[in-house]
Amino acid sequence: MTTIIEAAPGRKAAPGRDGAPTPMLSIRGLQTFYGKICALKGIDMDVNEGEIVTLIGANGAGKSTLMMTIFGSPRAREGSITYEGRDITRLPTHEIARLEIAQSPEGRRIFPRMTVYENLQMGAAINGFAHFDRDLERAFTIFPRLKERAQQRGGTLSGGEQQMLAIARALMSRPRLLLLDEPSLGLAPLIVKQIFDVIRDLNKTEGLTVFLVEQNAFHALKLADRGYVMVNGLITLSGTGKELLSRPEVRAAYLEGGH
Amino acid sequence: MDIFLQAMINGVTLGSIYGLIAIGYTMVFGIIGMVNFAHGDVFMLSAFVALILFLILTQLLGITNVALAFVIVLVGAMAITALWNWAIERVAYRPLRGSFRLAPLISAIGMSIFLSNMVQVIQGPRNKTIPPMFEKNIALTSGGSYDVTLSYKQIVIMVSTTLLMAAFWYLVQKTPLGRAQRACEQDRKMAALLGIDVDRTISLTFVIGAALAAVAGVLYLSYYGVVSFADGFVPGVKAFTAAVLGGIGSLPGAVLGGLLIGLIEVLWSTYVSTDYKDVAAFSILAITLIFMPTGLLGRPEIEKV
Repeated sequence: MTTIIEAAPGRKAAPGRDGAPTPMLSIRGLQTFYGKICALKGIDMDVNEGEIVTLIGANGAGKSTLMMTIFGSPRAREGSITYEGRDITRLPTHEIARLEIAQSPEGRRIFPRMTVYENLQMGAAINGFAHFDRDLERAFTIFPRLKERAQQRGGTLSGGEQQMLAIARALMSRPRLLLLDEPSLGLAPLIVKQIFDVIRDLNKTEGLTVFLVEQNAFHALKLADRGYVMVNGLITLSGTGKELLSRPEVRAAYLEGGH
Repeated sequence: MDIFLQAMINGVTLGSIYGLIAIGYTMVFGIIGMVNFAHGDVFMLSAFVALILFLILTQLLGITNVALAFVIVLVGAMAITALWNWAIERVAYRPLRGSFRLAPLISAIGMSIFLSNMVQVIQGPRNKTIPPMFEKNIALTSGGSYDVTLSYKQIVIMVSTTLLMAAFWYLVQKTPLGRAQRACEQDRKMAALLGIDVDRTISLTFVIGAALAAVAGVLYLSYYGVVSFADGFVPGVKAFTAAVLGGIGSLPGAVLGGLLIGLIEVLWSTYVSTDYKDVAAFSILAITLIFMPTGLLGRPEIEKV
């Protein structure tokens, strides 16, 4: 199904899991290799429409690999990725990006020699600039800082500003599913809070579905409806954010002294 | 002084041609990190395409208006050469993407040999000439021991180069296509995540580079009135030198480097030795690579992140 989504607030989130809808994003038996090294060893997970789902895990567990595998780069060797009922496992990366999925990737990947404005234009590249001005206004409303920096080159921004830009750029394509890879990495606590507030607002007011990868487990689990824990390329635990927060093994591994 | 002025005029003319070729080197290097050694031969090929088109227009179709013929030849040569380079990229470079770094480079050298040999076989090994066009000169100074002249040809070269570079600059800086091109140059993976078809953008880069090389080819042919199958190599390497001198990967650098190489070459042959003019250009390549590998306008590898 495809519907045209307006950026206007108040869009209703899809019914909860009780209505047993098919998940928006569904991953089954996913395996990814770097050469002979198996980075993902059979991942099963779902993201339902309207949810915030988080994936936590230590460095090198395979979280970012999963994010990139969803976009077909690297390509999954086994298993399937289904988005809105459509198998996207073998689709070229740029075609996946045109399915109303956007990603703010690991390391932010701002175009360093383009201005903030041009970076945002790149984010809107796939929808033909039909509503560029409105979307730009919205990005600047969410992150007023970017408006001040609009003509500055991406490479000269601070880490926090780059993160804001990465998220704003991802939103420019009007995604229905947003993949966020470690938005809090290396940022001051105040900016982390600001960014998490933005994610919550987008989810509440616009019904944006968010799949969030985080090392900052405490914040992520508090924010998320559901969470998964990844260890060495396998999902070892899953449950609601609250459940996972109260699990002793989660507390021991990810939260002790962590907040 | 008069001789110096004349040398400057001639140098800028030659430099414009080098600059146009250098853009192709620098763009391809910027986006896929490969020195396209076949680019000089693509330039040579375009001069032959121009030659054939010019003869068809003037001999077969009987067009006598030189300016009209020139414009048709220019546009035709740009289109046909662009198509050639598009095909070359598909056949010789794209299948090697993701292979080891030297693979496409070797493939490019092979393509260079292929192109010059193909033209030699099809067109013969001898120099091909066209009847002169734009023959008039304007005398800038007169009465002295030496008259400084600016030929119509030189005016055509400078004006065409300026116009096309302006159009090219607009394309790269202001259009979605150019933006996608720059995005792929800076981070191909991220560009793909934003829905940019990277393969298509790389093809486009080859197409644009070839179109500009074709402009250089047409201007070269009209300036010297003669072209041979071996004419790709030396101008090609000089344009590569220009790209390195300006800072490989930098578009303004390619233009600046082209002008400098053109000026140095002409000044050297005027005041030092005509026989050793190529030595001057290639010494600059060596000196730049040793003492200033990033070139005049190139950027150092380290970037703030």
